[in-house]
Amino acid sequence: MKGVQFVDLIDAGDPATQAARHAGEGADEIVLLDITATHEGRATLLDTVRRTACGLFVPFCVGGGIRTAGDAAQVFEAGADKVSVNSAALADPNLIDAIGRSFGAQAVVVAIDARRDPNAEDPVRDAEVFVQGGRKPVGRRVVEWAREAEARGAGEILLTSMDSDGTRAGFDCELTAAVSEAVGIPVIASGGAGTVSHFTDVFARGKADAALAASIFHFGISSARLLKEELAREGISVRLPC
Amino acid sequence: MRVTVIDYKAGNLTSVLKALRHLGAEVEVSDADLAPIASAERIVLPGVGHFAATQYLDSTGLAAAIHEAIGRGVPFLGICVGMQWLYAGSTEAPDQAGLGHFPEQCARFSDSHEKVPHVGWNSLEAKASSRLLAGVKLGEFVYFTHSYKAPVSADTAAITQYIEPFASAVERENVMGVQFHPEKSGETGLKILRNFLAWERQGMA
Repeated sequence: MKGVQFVDLIDAGDPATQAARHAGEGADEIVLLDITATHEGRATLLDTVRRTACGLFVPFCVGGGIRTAGDAAQVFEAGADKVSVNSAALADPNLIDAIGRSFGAQAVVVAIDARRDPNAEDPVRDAEVFVQGGRKPVGRRVVEWAREAEARGAGEILLTSMDSDGTRAGFDCELTAAVSEAVGIPVIASGGAGTVSHFTDVFARGKADAALAASIFHFGISSARLLKEELAREGISVRLPC
Repeated sequence: MRVTVIDYKAGNLTSVLKALRHLGAEVEVSDADLAPIASAERIVLPGVGHFAATQYLDSTGLAAAIHEAIGRGVPFLGICVGMQWLYAGSTEAPDQAGLGHFPEQCARFSDSHEKVPHVGWNSLEAKASSRLLAGVKLGEFVYFTHSYKAPVSADTAAITQYIEPFASAVERENVMGVQFHPEKSGETGLKILRNFLAWERQGMA
């Protein structure tokens, strides 16, 4: 029985220490997003990736500032298993093909930030795709962009609902389901987690293959282990740490 | 313990090398050079990507060298496409023959409402007699990412269920393969790699 998956976003403290702790507590995958991603920051990022990967034996995805297949190659060399691309892939979708060709589709995660468009015929399927942390629309619609990403060889979609992000009011299950049903690759839902039932909801109604549990510590559940134990009690298949 | 990891230019070896080194193995990476295969103590054939990439093994003579090493009793572990290569072939690249150590064919998952590729953690049902999977309890999870799979047969060492039951591990004496990525499968994966590193021919010291 395949389990639902949890992706832990490391956003505080020393990434290497944090990642090891999250993995030990049952995170199924670790995502490191370098939000600065400046030129000067690259060497630091690669060093951080190297240190984080060192003792980590679960899938490890790195995103932020990957603009070329060469950038991706350096991150893989440092120990990442996957890279996540967002604005650079929107600017030049060939980036997805280029990384996939060299490292395999399983190594390319396309991150999409989308916001429902109340003026569109279908506000959910035609949710607008944004870059720069949701500040700038790029004129793409979520379902058609996700399909193009898949056709170009993306291995997974990391979908963040800009409407739900930070609300702790639950994932956008309609948005997640619209994308998940439109593509044949796994969709990781992100944005809006506040309670355990939000997770059961996004796996059932939202048809998510995985959920990003970034702010899990912010809402009173102290670890991935406890969240998983709660979900197991609800009858959801999860991998419990030894 | 010395391990020869074959680099046939199919994806990133970093994680496999890191896991083997973490377990104390002395790792040697070999590409087109046949000499390391001739003196190998253990061989690991990793690989993510397309079955067609195994063409490199034929064109370089590595396939023949590996066949000979296996015949000498050298423990061999194929990971992902490296496991599939042990079979007669795969419908992913019908013109590219595998090693044929196991006679079956690998094929794509059947059409269903489930997604292909199969990506993520899934559980193992290991055969009690498996030496590679010794100590792996029923239902332990490991990490998969693949669209093609080997059928269940007499040599199957573990079965996993996704769309249909498939061989998630295969084992006959010194020749072993895993469809999942032990280097990405937490403590369970490390336990399996440790079993491989400790594998000795029975009756030998």
